[in-house]
Parts: sequence; C-alpha cells; structure tokens
Amino acid sequence: MNWYGTLKTALNALRRNVMRTLLTTLGIVIGVAAVITMTEIGNGASIAIQRTMASMGANTLVIIPGAANTGGINFGFGSMMTLTPQDADAISRECPSVRNVAPIVRARTQLVFGNRNYVPTYLYGTTPSFLDIREWTDLDSGEMFTDHDVRNANKICIVGQTIVRQLFGGESPVGKEIRIRNVAFKVIGVLRSKGANMMGMDQDDILLAPWTTIKYRVVATSLSASNQSNTNTANTNDVTSLSQLYPNLQQNLYPAASATEQADTPKPIRFTNVDQILTAARSAVQIPSAIHEMTMLLRENHHLPPSDPDDFIIRDMTEITKSMTSTTEMITKLLLCVAMISLVVGGIGIMNIMLVSVTERTREIGLRMAVGAEPGDILRQFLTEAVVLCLIGGTMGIILGRGASYVITTVLHWPTAASISAIVVSVVVSASVGVIFGFYPAWKASRLDPIDALRYE
Amino acid sequence: MDLIELRDIQKTYHLGEVDVPVLMGVSLSVSKGEFMALMGASGSGKSTLMNIVGCLDHPTSGEYWLDGGEISRLNAAEQARLRNRMVGFVFQTFNLLPRTSALENVMMPLNYARDNLTEHQKRERAVALLERVGLADRIDHLPSQLSGGQQQRVAIARSLINHPQVLLADEPTGNLDSRTSEEILQMFQQLNSTDGITIILVTHDPGIAQHAGRTVYIKDGLIAKNPGRLEPRNDT
Repeated sequence: MNWYGTLKTALNALRRNVMRTLLTTLGIVIGVAAVITMTEIGNGASIAIQRTMASMGANTLVIIPGAANTGGINFGFGSMMTLTPQDADAISRECPSVRNVAPIVRARTQLVFGNRNYVPTYLYGTTPSFLDIREWTDLDSGEMFTDHDVRNANKICIVGQTIVRQLFGGESPVGKEIRIRNVAFKVIGVLRSKGANMMGMDQDDILLAPWTTIKYRVVATSLSASNQSNTNTANTNDVTSLSQLYPNLQQNLYPAASATEQADTPKPIRFTNVDQILTAARSAVQIPSAIHEMTMLLRENHHLPPSDPDDFIIRDMTEITKSMTSTTEMITKLLLCVAMISLVVGGIGIMNIMLVSVTERTREIGLRMAVGAEPGDILRQFLTEAVVLCLIGGTMGIILGRGASYVITTVLHWPTAASISAIVVSVVVSASVGVIFGFYPAWKASRLDPIDALRYE
Repeated sequence: MDLIELRDIQKTYHLGEVDVPVLMGVSLSVSKGEFMALMGASGSGKSTLMNIVGCLDHPTSGEYWLDGGEISRLNAAEQARLRNRMVGFVFQTFNLLPRTSALENVMMPLNYARDNLTEHQKRERAVALLERVGLADRIDHLPSQLSGGQQQRVAIARSLINHPQVLLADEPTGNLDSRTSEEILQMFQQLNSTDGITIILVTHDPGIAQHAGRTVYIKDGLIAKNPGRLEPRNDT
C-alpha cells in the first residue's frame, strides 16, 4: 500500500470518530501549547532579566588610557593622556555595536554649600548620554543638563541622593548654587537613588556636570596645582575670575616664567584629553563585537602601527555578563523541562487511546488482513494515524500557544517574545511523540491473528 | 490439476498442555468453476478447514495446493498477498467498515492490491460491481442505512473487487431472513455459472446446501460424506 493510500485510510479512520480524535489530540494540543507559551514567556523573561542586568551595568564598557612608562617606571593605567572627546564622537559615529558613548573627566575636590562642605566619591564631567549608559535616566527631581550646556561649558550640575543628604540636609537642592573650587554651579536636578554597586561603593555619592565645565573651569586649576611646571599654561586657561576670592589655592612655589623663558622653552600644545570613555554595547551578545570595533577605531585614530601595543584598555563586566547568560539559560531550560513533561503526558494519552482503538477495531483489522493487508500495512496505518493525530494536535497547539501568550501579554502585561525555534521544535517533537507512542499499539495491531480478529466480539 | 487440492490436512491446536486435534487428515479437491457446500455441525472442524482453504491459517501437516502451488508453509505477508489476489471472503456478519460508504467499503481491498490502479479506475471497478449486485442507487450509503441483504450484497461486491478465483462464503445467510437468503444464494449461483468463480459455501442448513452443486459433509475432523465431484453446473 502506498503512502497516499495509507494516509487516506488513516484520515478516514480518524474522520469516522471526530469527537474521539479531538479528545485524543487534546493532550498534545495542551503539550505543544505549553511548550510554545512557556518558551515565549521564558524568552520574554530573559529579555526582562537582560534589561535589569543592563541597568546594573552589564553591557557597560569602560575605555581607560594606557599606562605611561618612563625610564622603566610604570605609572599605572590612566597615566597616559591618549583619549580625547573626538575619540568618543568617533566611536558613537562609527561603531554599530555601541549604543551610546559618554566621555568622563574625573575630579576629586571639595563641594561647598553655605556653611557645609563635602567631598563626593564621584565628581564626573560628562555628557547627557552618561545617564542612558548607566540606565539612570529617570531623575528624582529637576532635569539633566543638555548637549547645549556641554558645548557652552555651563556651570550647572545634577547631584546624587548622598550629596543631597550630606550637603543640603535632605532639602531639595534644585535651583541652589554650590561651589566647586570656587566655581559656582547651579544644581538643576537630583538623581534617583541607586544604592551601592557590587563593590560596595555608594553610587549615589555622585555629582555630574558638563565635562567641558569640569575640564576647563575646575580640573584646569587643579592641574596647575599638582604640576608646578604647568603654572603658566594653567593660568592662561584660568577663566574663573573668582579664583582668588578665597585663599584655598595652593601657592606657587616657583616664580612665574617670564615671556622670554616661555619663548625659549615652548610648551607642546596638547589636545584636550578625557580620563575615561564610558560606552554601552547594544546587548550582551554584542559586547565582543563592540570591543573589537572600538579597538580597531581607536588604534587607527591614534595612528598606532601594528607593532605597537594599544595605548588604551577596554574593560567589560565579565562577571555580570556571565551570571546573566547562565541565568537566562537556566530559565529557558527549566521551562523547556516543564513543557516536555506535558508533551510526554500527551503522548501517553495518545498511546492509551490508540490501544483502545486497536481493541475496538479488532474486527476491522481482521477484515483488512483477510482481504489482503500485510502486517506491515496494518502497522503503517496505525502509526500514520498516531502521527497525524499528533500533527493535528501540534498545529492546534501552536495556534493555542500563540494565542495564550498574546492574551498573557495584553492582559497580564508580562513580556513575551515569539520564537520560531519553539514552533519548529514542537512540530518535530509532536511528530516524534506520535511515532514513539503510536508504535506499540500499531505493532500490537499488526500482530493480531486474522482468524481471532474476525471472530472478536 | 484441480484449483484446490488438500492432501491429508491435519490441524492440531495446542491449549496449554493439551493437544486438541481438530482436523485429522482431510483430503479434498475442488475443481475450477465448482460450487461446493461444506456442511457440518459446530465443532466438526469446518471453520478450521475454511480458514486453511482461505489461507488464513496453516495446517499442522499435509499439503495444500492452490492453483498449482504448494502454499501451506507461506509466511503471514505472503499469505496476505495470496488472499488479496486469489480469495474473496463473505462473512455471516457482513464485516463492513462502519461509518464508511458502500463504495469505499468495496474499494477497500484495492488499497492492498499491487496492480497500481488509478483512483479513477478503482472507483469505476467498484461502481460496476455495486451495479452488478443491484445497489447502483446506494453507492454513497453508509452500512447503517442499508438492510441486511443490501449489506451482504456490498460484502459480495467487496469480495469480487480483485477478481478472485475462489469465493469463500461462511454462513453468508446466517443473519438474513429466508427471502433475502434466497436472493443472495441466487446471486452466488449466477456468479458461479456466468463468471465461473469457484464458490465454497459453509453452512449447517441442508436447505441452503442444496443450492450448491456438491455437498461435502464433515464430522469430527474427517470428511464424512463426499458424493464425488460433479461436473460444473451448466443449467441456470
């Protein structure tokens, strides 16, 4: 008997008892629907988890200048001044795997408000994209400074909750002025509380200002203080007219160089550098490609010959990324296990009904054998019936599962994500369930003795 | 050589430790085109003999020649192919597939045939046979919508679909009233005389057996009375 005849016979047999066919497939329908829904909820959950992990900084990549090495003495990472704001712009323009870029200029100095003073852990000059990279865009009050403020080096800042507590005694600081190294900054926003990071550092102990302001109005003066030979350069850059108001600047130990001296030993004109560049990859899987793209770009922009080592280093959050991947994998596997159990239960249901069906149709089997069906024909017929049952169940299950996850998304607002692989897997699995659980009843049918079968009551 | 030739057929069933001999050396020949009735009380072994003749069962010993071939040692699949090609069965309980139309019931054995007919040819052949048994207007009826006599006629059409050499009818009128029985028996006689199909009819009713050309009696596993072969009937 050819496959077409077998299929037709099987379909006719199933059509003869539509109600039982539908009830039999119910197990597989529910099983496949469970696989689809579980996988989609699982995908949605892992996307949600990835988002949470990303807010902890899992996708964050930090670029730090390399270590200066002079006369055999290594000054440690960050001692070379190789990163520029132009590097940051180039990365955001030319690296497709990078979601956002923010240059960072660090300072560590005193804040003064009224009669209080405080030194924050983080005093960062940056751009508005910093908050996007740290997933920190919803402010507690006020607003973030803009790119326009960065271009104009406006003297404004936003502060974290710890600074609000320490410097303002819990009152709203928005609109108030604090002084940083005698430069008056207007507070325009307060960050939402984020707590400590994984190393126990208080992330709320932070002040953010445009990097241009920190670089040219705050750090410039501190550079002159730390490096006496730069005094003149620093003084010429010093635009803070109020800088001599309070005697808190270090006195220059050496007299200022005269015009002749400056002409004799000209200072090399140095580009503006930044202390770090903070970037975020688009997703956890794109971290390696983001690192590769940025390395290539920076090496090219820094004119490094292939023989030279990188003059920068890119750090990623390997630990967080690893835990994120393993969590996601575990959730997917767990849900798949649960769904597989329901598929096996559905398969056993099919086997039971097929066994009942073989008993019930013993006379039919006997008749078919009497008119010339070989044992193989009978085996194929019942196996085909089981597989067709499972495939019908699988199709209905896919529709039901997609519907269920749609309902879950709209009613419960759980995130779900459609999965083609889940659909393919459940079709394959339901067909295999049909073959595996249909084989025993079909084999039993094919082993019947036609004489006994014909006489069966 | 005769179409059917049984030589010293013995059949013993093993029920646990006990051997139950059912056929104890049956020799019988049936020539082509004969209409033979096999009579016997229940338990006489006539059903077992029919199963062996119909290739549904193996004899314990003895030879069975069907159409010039010794077939008593075939395996299940070979037997099935032989039944499909050579033998048509008509049962007491009709054995039609429930919830399946008369036409599809008649076509069913063709699914297992190896002659690669197209769907259209199969259909044509089945329709012709249904017309022949007088059911042209009942082609799409389900068995539950047919009377007993009509169901048996569908069963006869089904048994003829592969042009068998032998038609085995096991109490074909057992479930029918006397008038319908008469119609069915006349149909057998007509098939025998016009188409030359060899028919073996099993019954325990002498009134039915007398429609056949020859009646063989079987008793306690042995041929009790064999009136000898008659020439195939030529009268109608």
